Amino acid sequence: MTSVLVILAGFTLAAAAVAFALRPLVHCALCLVLAWAGVAAFYLWAGAEFLAFAQVLVYVGAISMVVLFAVLLTRRQADSDEAPGSGGAGRIAAGLAVAAVVAGVLGRAVLGANLAPSPVAARPLDVRRLGAELAGAYAPALLVAGALLTVALIGAVVIAATDAETRGEDRR
Amino acid sequence: MNPLTLCLLFSGALFAAGLAGALCRGNAILVLLGIELMLNAANVNFIAFWRFGPSPAAATGVVFVLFAIAVAAAEAAVGLALVIAVYRHQRNIRLAEAVRLKG
Repeated sequence: MTSVLVILAGFTLAAAAVAFALRPLVHCALCLVLAWAGVAAFYLWAGAEFLAFAQVLVYVGAISMVVLFAVLLTRRQADSDEAPGSGGAGRIAAGLAVAAVVAGVLGRAVLGANLAPSPVAARPLDVRRLGAELAGAYAPALLVAGALLTVALIGAVVIAATDAETRGEDRR
Repeated sequence: MNPLTLCLLFSGALFAAGLAGALCRGNAILVLLGIELMLNAANVNFIAFWRFGPSPAAATGVVFVLFAIAVAAAEAAVGLALVIAVYRHQRNIRLAEAVRLKG
């Protein structure tokens, strides 16, 4: 049980690390898809099957496609990736240092806490019960989430669409 | 080591990986993807506490993650639209060059 978790965690973390170390943007995006699939496998391991399906549908399916479209739409010849030297070794070192400090603080907090898993095994959550919860106690939140998604998608279309004034500017 | 601690360590490491990616890379799309990874790490935490927490009968953790995934989808859509808008104006998506609003 635990060894499966260790393998999953190692796979996911390795995919994430490789994704941010690679230079070509498309390869980064594809490696991150692997990391998201690893998180979906973690949900399966933890017994939240519906979430695993949602993760695969939303992240591995939809968001990865949107990201790949964005990468390809904003590509320009060779400089699609960051130009060398644009980042600067100082910024990379500072970013890594901040991330290492955060990881150290989180790890110390987790290891220092007295965490004992509850002796009761989690009751498997079947889709029927999840649906009843969503349609019952969480119905207002579900409606708000639907409205939020609609507004966000309309906003995304408005932001990304070209309007008449900027179209001339685009062609220069 | 008990599985709850392992899950939390995994989540912390995933969060740190996302943070490192968001801070080190100067490309707007990669910064967004780093933020998505951090959101995923938070979701892993919710599921770990749902699975091993004191009241596993409640579905709260799963429902919360479901809504977090919906909000993350909205965030990714708006963020990538912003990336495309930035690209239209400056012809690349390097954040170091997006200084038009700098005072």
